[in-house]
Amino acid sequence: MNFFSNKWIAEWLQGLGRITLLCQEAVHSLFTRKITWRDLIYQLHFIGVKSQSVVLITGAFTGMVLCAQTYFQFHKVRMDTATLAVVSVSMASELGPVLTALMVAGRVGAAMAAELGTMKVTEQIDALRTLATHPVDYLVVPRLLSAIIAVPLLNAEAIALGIGAGYVLGVSLLGIDPTYLWQNMLKYTVATDVMIGVIKSFIFGGIVAVIGCYKGMSCGEGAEGVGRATTEAVVYSSITILISNFFLTISLGELLSYL
Amino acid sequence: MIEVRDLKKSFGPQRVLDGVSFRIETGESVVIIGRSGCGKSILLKHLIGLLTSEEGEVLVDGENLGRMNERQLLRVRHKFGMLFQGAALFDSMTVAENVGFALRRLGKLTEAEIAKKIGEALDMVELPGVEEKKPSELSGGMRKRVGLARAIVYQPEIVLYDEPTTGLDPIVADSIDQLILRVCERLKVTTVVVTHDMRSARRIGQRIMMLHRGKIYVTGTPDEIFRSQDPVVNRFVNGISDPKELYF
Repeated sequence: MNFFSNKWIAEWLQGLGRITLLCQEAVHSLFTRKITWRDLIYQLHFIGVKSQSVVLITGAFTGMVLCAQTYFQFHKVRMDTATLAVVSVSMASELGPVLTALMVAGRVGAAMAAELGTMKVTEQIDALRTLATHPVDYLVVPRLLSAIIAVPLLNAEAIALGIGAGYVLGVSLLGIDPTYLWQNMLKYTVATDVMIGVIKSFIFGGIVAVIGCYKGMSCGEGAEGVGRATTEAVVYSSITILISNFFLTISLGELLSYL
Repeated sequence: MIEVRDLKKSFGPQRVLDGVSFRIETGESVVIIGRSGCGKSILLKHLIGLLTSEEGEVLVDGENLGRMNERQLLRVRHKFGMLFQGAALFDSMTVAENVGFALRRLGKLTEAEIAKKIGEALDMVELPGVEEKKPSELSGGMRKRVGLARAIVYQPEIVLYDEPTTGLDPIVADSIDQLILRVCERLKVTTVVVTHDMRSARRIGQRIMMLHRGKIYVTGTPDEIFRSQDPVVNRFVNGISDPKELYF
């Protein structure tokens, strides 16, 4: 038992070390190497444009469910018109960035790990290196940069659609007064909530790209290795997003309150 | 010039290379032979810095690869071209994009000049007119040819071949051998071939080295190797299994 727990801890620390080195190399490359615009645009299209439908559906239905559930509780204490304020604050600072990032992790993180994993097992990454190309420059940087750009934009869309869907549901189906509903939402949603959401989505975008690329580039041999890397990319990204979200909520709330 | 000194490499408890030493002169054509799984490809990957050893040194034109980080190795790798066993073509790109990849990354040539060089490289490997095809549309032999075109398009000084004829029929294997000889002759490159195809080894190599049990067991000209009376060499060259050993 002791041997296995020591081995697990050693492997976990080694993995953490390797992922830190990958981040360091990627950030260094981002600021010192020339960006290949063609690859960046391709990745932006893949991560941003092609994730639209899944993120928008998630945002809209989450906004509506949150609106309905909040209304059912608030209605008991005659606070119907505060419903959209709760939806708005929750979507902007918590649900929008987290759910967007989880959806992107499932779709894009998995694809990154599978693509890079396949490249590794078919020696394409070794071929890149023999052609005097650093894999981090060519494979990781465009994906990381695209994720950092695309995830906040997807997050903004999910938040906007969630609030919009909540508003439509509240007014048309639940019969809440539209003017008070809208005004209360504006009154109780402050810039800090939006800032927290934006900062989180930048960080979550980076997490998805780095873990997806790391898992792909360090995957084991054969189809089994690629399959495991893909699964681990999604699981580890999702767990990292959920855990870091807690710490970001605590720290960003404190930090932004001083500004 | 490539020099390998007392190279050792293990994977887990298994020692694959156990003190390999040799020297390859500029312009020389060397074939490394040995049984499947004896570490030939591992040795080849050490020569270009794709793998790092636990002990020993690999020197390319006097520069020790073991002391370099990945970015410093990129500079040395400009001297190399490598043909992988499975060709390792980038499957998301066309043949032309594969062959022109290194030239585009260098960024020194115009698109017209790159297109011209791609055409010349494909002509050299006798594959004209396949520029727009994807690797998945090519046969095994064609993929190896494209891989070779990609490896020689930027005129490297050293070309490494990892099992260039494995998995090909004898006619295609022969044409790949001819191609390797042509590249060697026209571009005056140092050639290192890893193979267990003895016909190929005899045709290509000016010198043959046999890797056995993690060490260079024997070195000699093709004639010396093929006439060797050493039982290990003789059995390998003539493809005779030892009834006392299980080979599967």
